[in-house]
Amino acid sequence: MVEIFEGAIPVEETLSKWYKSEKSRNYGAFIPFVGTVRDEDSIEGLSFDIYEPILLKWFEKWQEVAKERGAFLKMAHSKGDVLLHESSYISAVFSPKRRVALELIDEFVEDFKKNAPIWKYDLKNGKRIYAEERSQKIAGSGLLK
Amino acid sequence: MIKVEFLGPIGKENLEVEVSTLSELGEILSKDDEISEWLSKCAIAVNDEIVFNKDRELQSGDKISLLPPVCGG
Repeated sequence: MVEIFEGAIPVEETLSKWYKSEKSRNYGAFIPFVGTVRDEDSIEGLSFDIYEPILLKWFEKWQEVAKERGAFLKMAHSKGDVLLHESSYISAVFSPKRRVALELIDEFVEDFKKNAPIWKYDLKNGKRIYAEERSQKIAGSGLLK
Repeated sequence: MIKVEFLGPIGKENLEVEVSTLSELGEILSKDDEISEWLSKCAIAVNDEIVFNKDRELQSGDKISLLPPVCGG
């Protein structure tokens, strides 16, 4: 499942909901990753565009990977503006054993950064500026050059 | 007719073009000053699946998406 929020994610509510929904399902490990907007480079916040059809397909492929290892993923992301010290991203893995969960959250978040169709903008002086220098080309880029 | 959409920061309205392969679409887009600089950076999706073969044939009603570099989180 992928939850998309307009603006900042309600972190405590989301983590609590995820914890409660899975705690009786015999997963021994629950590892959440929460991404929070840092105060740096004089930004007022970040802003995001998401292309949901491909994001959902990308996520379902990872859910299959997780399932093969007996684990289960959840993810939430913001679209639109997220201000300093608010959170724009949460992912979490539930697994019977800790080692699977630790490895999977690492692989999942790394691939998320490389291939999830989400675009980030800095909010600076009221403007929305594409964070191109921090962005990565998706696998297969340049096909039509 | 093929629909072309430009995602994220490209900031261009959708196009509708008559082409039968991705290569032909690439030739058209490379002549567009607003788009040509994006082509080397963008991944291409056909009907919401990322594709890796430029010779892929297209059919009327297909949707092509250009996906520029990403940075979620």
